[in-house]
Amino acid sequence: MPKRTDISSILVIGAGPIIIGQACEFDYSGTQAIKALKEEGYRVILVNSNPATIMTDPEMADATYVEPITPEIVAKIIAKERPDAVLPTMGGQTALNCALALANDGTLEKYGVEMIGAKADAIDKAENRQRFREAMDSIGLESARSGVAYSVDEAFKVLERTGLPAIIRPSFTLGGTGGGIAYNKAEFERITREGIDASPTNEVLIEESLLGWKEFEMEVVRDRADNCIIVCAIENVDPMGVHTGDSITVAPALTLTDKEYQIMRSASIAVLREIGVETGGSNVQFAVNPADGRLIVIEMNPRVSRSSALASKATGFPIARVAAKLAVGYTLDEITNEITGATPASFEPTIDYVVTKIPRFAFEKFKGAKDDLSTAMKSVGEVMAIGRSFAESMQKALRGLETGLDGFNRVVELEGTSRDVITAALSRRTPDRLLNVAQAFREGLSVEEIQPITGYDAWFLRQIEAIIYEERMLGHTGLPRDAAEMRRLKAMGFSDKRLATLAVRSVGVAGGMAETQARRSGLLHDTLRAMAGATSEAEVRKLREKLGVHPVFKRIDSCAAEFEAITPYMYSTYEAPSFGEPENEAWPSDRRKVVILGGGPNRIGQGIEFDYCCCHACFALDEAGFETIMVNCNPETVSTDYDTSDRLYFEPLTAEDVLEILRVEQQNGELVGVIVQFGGQTPLKLAQALEDEGIPILGTSPDAIDLAEDRERFAKLVGKLGLRQPDNGIARSRDEAAAVARGIGYPVLLRPSYVLGGRAMEIVDSEAQLDDYIATAVNVSGDSPVLIDQYLRDAVECDVDALCDGTDVVIAGVMQHIEEAGVHSGDSACTLPPYSLSDAVIAEMEGQARKLALALGVRGLMNIQFAIKADENGNELVYLIEVNPRASRTVPFVAKATGQPIAKIAARIMAGEMLSAFPPIRRKFDYMAVKEAVFPFARFPGADPVLSPEMKSTGEVMGIDSDFPAAFFKSQLGAGVTLPESGTAFVSVKESDRQAIVPAVRSLIEQGFSVLATDGTGGYLAQQGLTVERINKVAQGQPHIVDRMIDGGVDLVFNTTEGWQSLIDSKSIRATALQMKIPSYTTAAASLAASRAIASVRVSQLEVKPLQDYHS
Amino acid sequence: MADPATTLAQPAGATGVLVLADGTAVWGKGFGASGSAVGELCFNTAMTGYQEVMTDPSYAAQIVNFTFPHIGNVGANEEDRESRVESAVGCIVREEVTPHSSFRASDQFVSWMAAEGRIGLSGVDTRALTRRIRLSGAQNAVIAHDPHGRFDLRELKRQAADWAGLEGMDLASRVSREKAEGWEGGEWTLGEGYGSAAQGAGDRPHVVAVDYGSKDNIFRNLVRAGARVTVVPASASVEDIMAHEPAGVFLSNGPGDPAATGERAVPVIRELLDRNMPIFGICLGHQLLALAAGAKTKKMHQGHRGANHPVQRVGESWGDTEGLVEITSMNHGFAVDGDTLPEGVEQTHVSLFDGSNCGIAISGKKAFGVQYHPEASPGPQDSFYLFDKFVGMLG
Repeated sequence: MPKRTDISSILVIGAGPIIIGQACEFDYSGTQAIKALKEEGYRVILVNSNPATIMTDPEMADATYVEPITPEIVAKIIAKERPDAVLPTMGGQTALNCALALANDGTLEKYGVEMIGAKADAIDKAENRQRFREAMDSIGLESARSGVAYSVDEAFKVLERTGLPAIIRPSFTLGGTGGGIAYNKAEFERITREGIDASPTNEVLIEESLLGWKEFEMEVVRDRADNCIIVCAIENVDPMGVHTGDSITVAPALTLTDKEYQIMRSASIAVLREIGVETGGSNVQFAVNPADGRLIVIEMNPRVSRSSALASKATGFPIARVAAKLAVGYTLDEITNEITGATPASFEPTIDYVVTKIPRFAFEKFKGAKDDLSTAMKSVGEVMAIGRSFAESMQKALRGLETGLDGFNRVVELEGTSRDVITAALSRRTPDRLLNVAQAFREGLSVEEIQPITGYDAWFLRQIEAIIYEERMLGHTGLPRDAAEMRRLKAMGFSDKRLATLAVRSVGVAGGMAETQARRSGLLHDTLRAMAGATSEAEVRKLREKLGVHPVFKRIDSCAAEFEAITPYMYSTYEAPSFGEPENEAWPSDRRKVVILGGGPNRIGQGIEFDYCCCHACFALDEAGFETIMVNCNPETVSTDYDTSDRLYFEPLTAEDVLEILRVEQQNGELVGVIVQFGGQTPLKLAQALEDEGIPILGTSPDAIDLAEDRERFAKLVGKLGLRQPDNGIARSRDEAAAVARGIGYPVLLRPSYVLGGRAMEIVDSEAQLDDYIATAVNVSGDSPVLIDQYLRDAVECDVDALCDGTDVVIAGVMQHIEEAGVHSGDSACTLPPYSLSDAVIAEMEGQARKLALALGVRGLMNIQFAIKADENGNELVYLIEVNPRASRTVPFVAKATGQPIAKIAARIMAGEMLSAFPPIRRKFDYMAVKEAVFPFARFPGADPVLSPEMKSTGEVMGIDSDFPAAFFKSQLGAGVTLPESGTAFVSVKESDRQAIVPAVRSLIEQGFSVLATDGTGGYLAQQGLTVERINKVAQGQPHIVDRMIDGGVDLVFNTTEGWQSLIDSKSIRATALQMKIPSYTTAAASLAASRAIASVRVSQLEVKPLQDYHS
Repeated sequence: MADPATTLAQPAGATGVLVLADGTAVWGKGFGASGSAVGELCFNTAMTGYQEVMTDPSYAAQIVNFTFPHIGNVGANEEDRESRVESAVGCIVREEVTPHSSFRASDQFVSWMAAEGRIGLSGVDTRALTRRIRLSGAQNAVIAHDPHGRFDLRELKRQAADWAGLEGMDLASRVSREKAEGWEGGEWTLGEGYGSAAQGAGDRPHVVAVDYGSKDNIFRNLVRAGARVTVVPASASVEDIMAHEPAGVFLSNGPGDPAATGERAVPVIRELLDRNMPIFGICLGHQLLALAAGAKTKKMHQGHRGANHPVQRVGESWGDTEGLVEITSMNHGFAVDGDTLPEGVEQTHVSLFDGSNCGIAISGKKAFGVQYHPEASPGPQDSFYLFDKFVGMLG
């Protein structure tokens, strides 16, 4: 059936900020969808509050609304744009919920907007637990024994049917927020209560536990002619009990007979038909009893998902692109499979490799939260790896994860421990369970012992056992000296680094000692090397080269080589030389080429912003005539779309893997250079290894980047340029740290060297806190010193992004933070342009930026953080906090706020062009853009939801409007916070904030708010003539503020703290605010901003405007 | 792009080898039965169902190169067997077969292969081999396994080169049953196994199925659709068939060259057509029906073997479902030449991979055939409807 001509404009709803459970996979799918719809000539209107996305690039959609994704705001967009249709299936749960609300409140009908891709009833049928269950019953598919409850009492009635352990799933929440597994009645009551609160419909489903059952996901696509295909079957290595987003998974399913697989296949299709998904991609999840194959339907998502992104990358079948085309009327047979260019999309991809996904977690950021995995998703990113075997794929994934693993690294805590300890470790569902399994094999446990404890299928366990067996042999014999044996080991996925570690062990010298000695030259080293074969990663590489053992590259072609693939989408493997030389399908071109190294798995501090920059490097260098080659291992990203670059290598970002790619690419054409400055810390870490091999690095030299990160080198440069830094020092022991801190004077900011995302940064107020920090947060030693800075209390912080070509410097954007210095810049809200800085201060910062860029020899992007603090005479002093001569997190926000493609310009400068070749960057705006950070605190009960120098946010939104209050209001709305228009505010601020908070409180009272305050704050406010009601602090006994909050008597919280004790005392206030969804501000500046927004903004009066209009 | 014939020296530890007719030797580890076997090399792209593939008689005199690297994960069992006669002589896999994990397994794949007398070869770049077949077409080859690694390469090359190949070969008579027998056994269900066909057998329309090398799941599906089934040998004459008083005749899949098998089978089918007997043919049966109706068959470059093949319904007779795509299981190296369909033979299905003919219906008669395997096993079950359609015609 041809495409529909009765519609001409389509509204695409994005997913909003990156949060746990909804990450950049929706930028990938949305971007594909927009491109697919534009290809067909439709006018595309987009709403997405997330500026860090490729989909919100102004050249993607025809009208791009960076506005909050709430029904009220989207209704305004619909009223203004009058689209013919809305496509709600590309933006995750956010888009589905929003579209469903617009259908239910009559907006869609009022404006004659048709929902395409999924109808409201199908969405409801899939999402409403009761209706879904009834639907499954009607087609003869079994569901888990379960029941719906709207209260704790009802829940206990359901429990009589399901028994314990029971699984509690709230309806309509992302990634299962608020759900969990209850093993006893007390837990059951707690989780049920939380789940009912978390659900927008106050509804929870209570299910019989299927713990330990095998778990599968089927990615299904259906068109309006009722053609159905399975794109991919994904098998979870972690059995039921761990959210699929937190599970290690493989594709295709590896432990099913065809008869079992076909039952699941037919059932998946029956589910789509019954739910009524007319067109598009859906995902159906199943649990299978390993003892008898009993099959249970868990759930289905009538939209593209994280799994569909994974399935797309795993097979080369672009589900979102195809789903978008199906939504406008095409059928599968009318769409070409772009990988082969010759066959239609109406087939089922077949693959001849194994794909492994491992999630990445961030528990270390949330002190107090337990690292137990459950049915509520907690991971912040994932790595995908491809190998020709399970072992190769798995070991590549482990090293691609970038958590310090080279493979199945030893778990030191379990070494030599008792069977009970190991069994206990295996029974806990934690991020490290897979490593614990490997360790259990080392400790002598068998597959038969490990299987019942973990529920991992015996087939997977035997594969891991085989890897550990090889490790043990290597530990005896050292490295093989012949090519066949070396190739056999490499084909099992062992990294050179892991092989070196194992080989050194064969010499019988204690690991650390041998490695230290191995690094030195001399007789001992030569002897060690002779015995082990190699003692370091570099030596293993040399040995491999000598033996002629290199990986080859195979194509991801969706058809297992049955057809020629025209799209160069590749992965490495060690292959047998079945026809002489191992067959390599890389076939590098003879073009001038640039390799762009991506950012690897998303983590807090390194997420979609860096992928955005990498994509722009591809786009820009393609425009400039280069062949672009992308290397990355994050399946959620746009950068790993085969469309983004000319050639895509889906590979771990380690020196070994990247060097092998470069080796092949250099065999033909000219490698102009590698871009390592766009993917965050991940590719930067590889710069040295690349330089050592003589690979040209484009742009700012790695040495200049190192200079900026090396405190001592940098301090010298700052001195030379005559710039001002906060007092600082460096310490390599506890005593040194205490001395430096005393010299600077408390409070001081402590951090380990070389960090991204502010990991383990902390402000300390006293020597006691300093001791605590050193004891718990870092290892202080000669190799890893701790950096100590004067903490500029109450200073205003700024970010400046600049471009430099070595001769000229252009300021791209100056951002003023709303939170004061001390809150990590990634966690601060900020405005562009600055909302309260003098022209003199801005000019001073720009001047300093110019000096620094030229002094560092920047070629490309640079980000500088400044703090502004008045001295005792009231003169505003500009302090230089930090310089990063590379792409930073702020780049996409600056680009969206200013309408300038600064990442693209930077990439072209790196490739040799000059700034003078580009149009000047506009710096005067008649509007204001506010970036706000979004936090995952709700996922980590137990952790204190407070802002600090350690970055904790997962994503960001942008609010843009004509003035600051409106833009701020929108940024809050986009981040999920609706500021109250009236009600009761609770105010409790530290002494130094009392004066500052007065205007905020006065404004609230003028707006009709009543104000609660604790003694100190309340007394001060009363002195200022403000009427406030006094309330107990928690420490003062009940009834206290938390009681009032729980009872629903508080609508807004302003709570700032100073010092350790005060922070601890007030934790329950923040935790309660989070739980009760009460807007809460923990800095005076943000409180002020909120009060200004409350005073002047009403949602109903907000206006919406596309980026294209702001930029024109 | 294919490499020229290369003869690598035997690597240490090699206990298996594949020798192509062009002299290329591909070394690996042997498993399953020892010895050597000659056949046509083909590849199969299915990711599940290796045991069904290895017991499908259509693979007689063939060596199957599995494109999926891990084969044997779920072992072997009695239920997933599709026949007890000669089928693929051997298989090539990338990864060494490891112990299985499946509650359904009763045997390891490796020991099952040995018990079945089939030769396996692992440790081969099966993707490179697949590309080679794609680029240079199906080749004849010898697969050999010796646990001590002793091979007479010259002799193996000679065997591969001397083998006449499938073209012109009537293999159906070799794998067919020798006597007529009543079929028992219905649809498979999880936990229950195969149902019995005995219930109400007398009232059911009687289908006489000609066995050219059939897969059991075809008969089970005919039973599921409501038929009573009697299986007769490929050599059955019209009289033999009619003696069973069939309501319809089914023509099974099978190995070899349809033109060769057709020499004896086509006159029988033509006679049945003349008598207006309802006929349904699958794979080889489809090709024989086409030959009987006056079309021609041809050898394909690389054949279609896998479980992901899209087949589209064509022709107005489909009504609303014209254009619908079925994902099908396929296994054929010969095909009906769509350009040779005579008047009165309607093309009902085509392959969306290469446009080749995948189904015909004979106008004015209750006779149709499909090139693919609607009985699945292994593969998708989108096309079970064909059995219902056929049995429905017999009422």
